[in-house]
Amino acid sequence: MSEFRPPHEMHQRRFGRNVGVGLLLVGLIGIVFALTVVKVTRGDPLQAYDHQLRPEMLPLDGTAKAGTP
Amino acid sequence: MTMTDSRTFDAVQDASFGDYVQLLKPRVMSLVVFTAVVGLLVAPVSVHPVIGVASILFIALGAGASGALNMWWDADIDAVMKRTKSRPVPSGRVQPGEALGLGVALSGISVMMLGLAANLFAAGLLAFTIVFYAVVYSMWLKRATPQNIVIGGAAGAFPPMIGWAVATGGVSIESLLMFALIFMWTPPHFWALALFMKEDYHTAGVPMLTVTHGRKSTRRHIFVYTALLAPVGIAAALTSIGGPLTLAVSIALNAWFLIGAWRIVQRDEAQAEADKYAVEKAVFRFSLLYLFLHFGAFLAEAALRPYGLGGW
Repeated sequence: MSEFRPPHEMHQRRFGRNVGVGLLLVGLIGIVFALTVVKVTRGDPLQAYDHQLRPEMLPLDGTAKAGTP
Repeated sequence: MTMTDSRTFDAVQDASFGDYVQLLKPRVMSLVVFTAVVGLLVAPVSVHPVIGVASILFIALGAGASGALNMWWDADIDAVMKRTKSRPVPSGRVQPGEALGLGVALSGISVMMLGLAANLFAAGLLAFTIVFYAVVYSMWLKRATPQNIVIGGAAGAFPPMIGWAVATGGVSIESLLMFALIFMWTPPHFWALALFMKEDYHTAGVPMLTVTHGRKSTRRHIFVYTALLAPVGIAAALTSIGGPLTLAVSIALNAWFLIGAWRIVQRDEAQAEADKYAVEKAVFRFSLLYLFLHFGAFLAEAALRPYGLGGW
């Protein structure tokens, strides 16, 4: 079985840059994940604005003005 | 692609990770982060720490994106000025297209992510700031008017407003005064530097006040802008983000800055040359401290509030 070819000089040259980009991407994933966890657990509004009547948005005393959803 | 094709990449000098970081102007970014953090923390609405940290990161990324766009557009100017010719694009380490691509991509990512993390108003303000700096300042007014520094200062003044908008979702007199503070501070700060740095702007074709109107006029401009800055700082100290501590700090800082600006306007070039621009250099160094301490006072006031101290 033939051995792996030694890494090209270009790969050694770009090693630092590639590691940097990799760490940045991992960081971005971490931030997005943390934001998602916070937003979901805090109960921020998650509904899409899909032009449907949402009864839970109506005032409790039933005094909604005409034209409000 | 075979391994031999990689030889085609050898001809171009590879940019390091640090070169791409340089494109984002990390020193400018540090000021953006500091003022945006203050804007966010002094707002009357508390923000979840994760949302706050993420928002500040995306504001910093947006500032970096506008820096990359600026370096792409100004590569021709940067190439002929001593201070800037070793920047990644003019030195050839980063291709102009890469700087443009990085700037556009990071602009989109930062605005979109700030919109998702905080709110659409803050994201819109960040997008406006990027367009203002990259298009209005860099592409349009920088090469057209000696008041370029004044206009460019507006772009640097938005971060505390964006920080405030992350927390509150809007604008208020407090956030406008924080904007005005940086806006009025930038011209005297930069022109003091321009007096002793003697950059080769004329070679680059950038109309700098020191060249177009002369150094005497620049000295007068420094004093006028410093005089206009003082009431802004004191007014900010009288709002809900201020208090007795901020007012005292503001009066002291503005008095000191005004004295420095007055000393600059009283001098001529012969006197400045004689002591190697000692006064101009001192005022420039103090101006950095001015902004740091003024915003630091807002922050201290907010930190003291839970203990019944600070604030009016």
